[in-house]
Amino acid sequence: MMENAWLIPIFPLVTFLVLLLSGRRWREQGAYIGILLTLASFILSLLVLIERFKEPTYKVTIDWLSIGGTQLTAGFEINQLNALMLVIVSLVSLLVQIYSKGYMYGEERFSIFYAYLGFFTFAMLGLVMAPNLLQLYFFWELVGVGSFLLIGFYFYKQEAKKAAKKAFIMTRIGDVGLLIGVILLFWETGSFEYGEIFQAVQAGEISVGRLTLIAVLIFIGAVGKSGQFPLHTWLPDAMEGPTPVSALIHAATMVAAGVYLVATMFPLFLASVTAMHVVAVTGGFTAIFAASIALVQKDVKRVLAYSTISQLGFMMLALGTAGYVAGVFHLMTHAFFKALLFLAAGSVIHAIHTQNIEKMGGLWKRLNWTGPLFLIGTLAISGFPLLSGFFSKDEILMSAWEHGDYLLFTLAVITSFLTAFYMFRLFFMIFAGESRSSVNQVKESPSIMLLPMFVLALLAVISGYIQTPWFGTFLGDWLVEGNEKLLGASHNEGPVWIMFMAVFVSLAGILLAYMMYAKKKIPRDWLFKENSKLYKVIDNKYFIDEIYFFTVGYAIKGFSLFLSYIEKFIVGGLISTVTSSIEGLGKIGSKLQTGQVQQYGMIAFLGLAVLLVIFALTGGYLR
Amino acid sequence: MTGVPLSAYLVLALVLFCIGLYGALVKRNVVIVLISIELMLNAANINLVAFSKFGVTPSITGQVFSLFTITIAAAEAAVGLAILMALYRNRKTVNVDEMDSMKH
Repeated sequence: MMENAWLIPIFPLVTFLVLLLSGRRWREQGAYIGILLTLASFILSLLVLIERFKEPTYKVTIDWLSIGGTQLTAGFEINQLNALMLVIVSLVSLLVQIYSKGYMYGEERFSIFYAYLGFFTFAMLGLVMAPNLLQLYFFWELVGVGSFLLIGFYFYKQEAKKAAKKAFIMTRIGDVGLLIGVILLFWETGSFEYGEIFQAVQAGEISVGRLTLIAVLIFIGAVGKSGQFPLHTWLPDAMEGPTPVSALIHAATMVAAGVYLVATMFPLFLASVTAMHVVAVTGGFTAIFAASIALVQKDVKRVLAYSTISQLGFMMLALGTAGYVAGVFHLMTHAFFKALLFLAAGSVIHAIHTQNIEKMGGLWKRLNWTGPLFLIGTLAISGFPLLSGFFSKDEILMSAWEHGDYLLFTLAVITSFLTAFYMFRLFFMIFAGESRSSVNQVKESPSIMLLPMFVLALLAVISGYIQTPWFGTFLGDWLVEGNEKLLGASHNEGPVWIMFMAVFVSLAGILLAYMMYAKKKIPRDWLFKENSKLYKVIDNKYFIDEIYFFTVGYAIKGFSLFLSYIEKFIVGGLISTVTSSIEGLGKIGSKLQTGQVQQYGMIAFLGLAVLLVIFALTGGYLR
Repeated sequence: MTGVPLSAYLVLALVLFCIGLYGALVKRNVVIVLISIELMLNAANINLVAFSKFGVTPSITGQVFSLFTITIAAAEAAVGLAILMALYRNRKTVNVDEMDSMKH
């Protein structure tokens, strides 16, 4: 089955092409094509994953280009991480496409939406199958394009247009880092192939300084894609896209691409202590930074966006503290419960037509299905015991502890407290208390939207059990199988009290949110008032956007103004001088042509006379 | 006939040529210009004939050549006059200064 794995990304590509060509005619029927082809992708991915359990890594490459003595290859590779990612991506994509059939119903550009979804899924599946860095980079950029198209789907909305541009440019900044890193790596090792690169790294062929530089540059690419500080600002704005897109791109796939990149290049990072530290610190800081912003946001999707950034920070923290398995594990569980949360939030928005949580409330009784589903997602992300998020977050905390980085460990613990708090704040604001909405007719979403949420809720509950301290570490054992030297341990052993503390902080967060937002025993502004300075700073996302606007934005504007003046006056002036002088010469020349034949005759005669005089004086020889 | 030296012929030819050149370059009337050109041609003919008699190697070739020139000049005069007629019909002028349409 694995030799047919190349078909997996082809199916969504066919969706894209078919719907682009004839989608207008089919309108809503186009969804079936998308869903069926993605289903084919998913089934194939699942078969590949099952086969991968027993068989070794499968890799096919063909020569693509040969430049001098260098062979560039293209192909695909199915190792453990790739197989896992294939299933995650195709499953979430499939569920999102089913969901969209209900959510996007009545949309005029319905088939275009499915075409874009197909394109994005193709790019993402291609990305996780790439056997070398060059191919990965191609698909990496395609993913960016797909995300641009989907975020800007409502292009007639000014904010959506801006958000799409911002997402594209911010991730491009990261991409430049990745590109430079890839080129440097090629320079050092002469190859784009993962295997050869890791061999060169293992053999110590690259100096540590250069290695650190390369790893950090590649990490910058991951920072851009995964919305890590300081390139995180595009992700909250990207919420202007349709909600299913947020679930697909900004929960499970594209933002996970950065984590996937670091995981794929993990041996490279492991070889440089500094690079690992950079990854860990960036991840840890982003986690708590984004979590603090999520505390005060009032837009349901923005809260989820900042929560995504924060969770991605967790994954980076795990990877940076050598917790390869922990990072990948959390990537998987997060894909499920965050997609669930986004879809449930979409269902709420679908029902009540607002995204402002201040205007929601008392929806628990009215949305009989969405409410419990949302609760499952919230519990999972908060690290409530026995749900998937609990196990994966535990792994990360253990990893941070074992690595001996106690500051980052403390940050992670505080972040899990904040996570539990802001997620339940969101939950209680939406579902508890009195209805604050003027909308009387709140209808539950159709079953085609509920079905994907059920699947995701199921996974959000059970997917944690493949890697637990009690029932064995199946996922970890499998992931590092055959690569123990490269990837590290399959499981992090930590003191038992960490687990109890994780449970305690998450319960404390939930309790605090319950007291503040459901029971209202504690006033909402008991810690700091809404008009206090600190609140304003956090509410404005630490003014990061403004800082960028006034520093980078103005610097670039000033520089481009300077360049435009150079263009206008120096370059333009030079060229207009040349043209005008030649034009003047031409004008003088044309004045000589008067049409007076006698004048011409006179000049010819005088010329002859001059020649004769010269001839007479010199005797015919010019010396 | 032998009393007239070569230089007299040449001076006559020179004078004729200069008159012709002056007329061709200065006169306003286009008919006069044509006549002046004929004068220059004939000045050349005088030179040819004179050298065929008094040249370093006298031969009949010079005289034959001048006959050719006269023939060509006749044809040229016919064509030139025809052009002048056509031009006059179109432009209603014989002034050379006004015939300046061949410019940029």
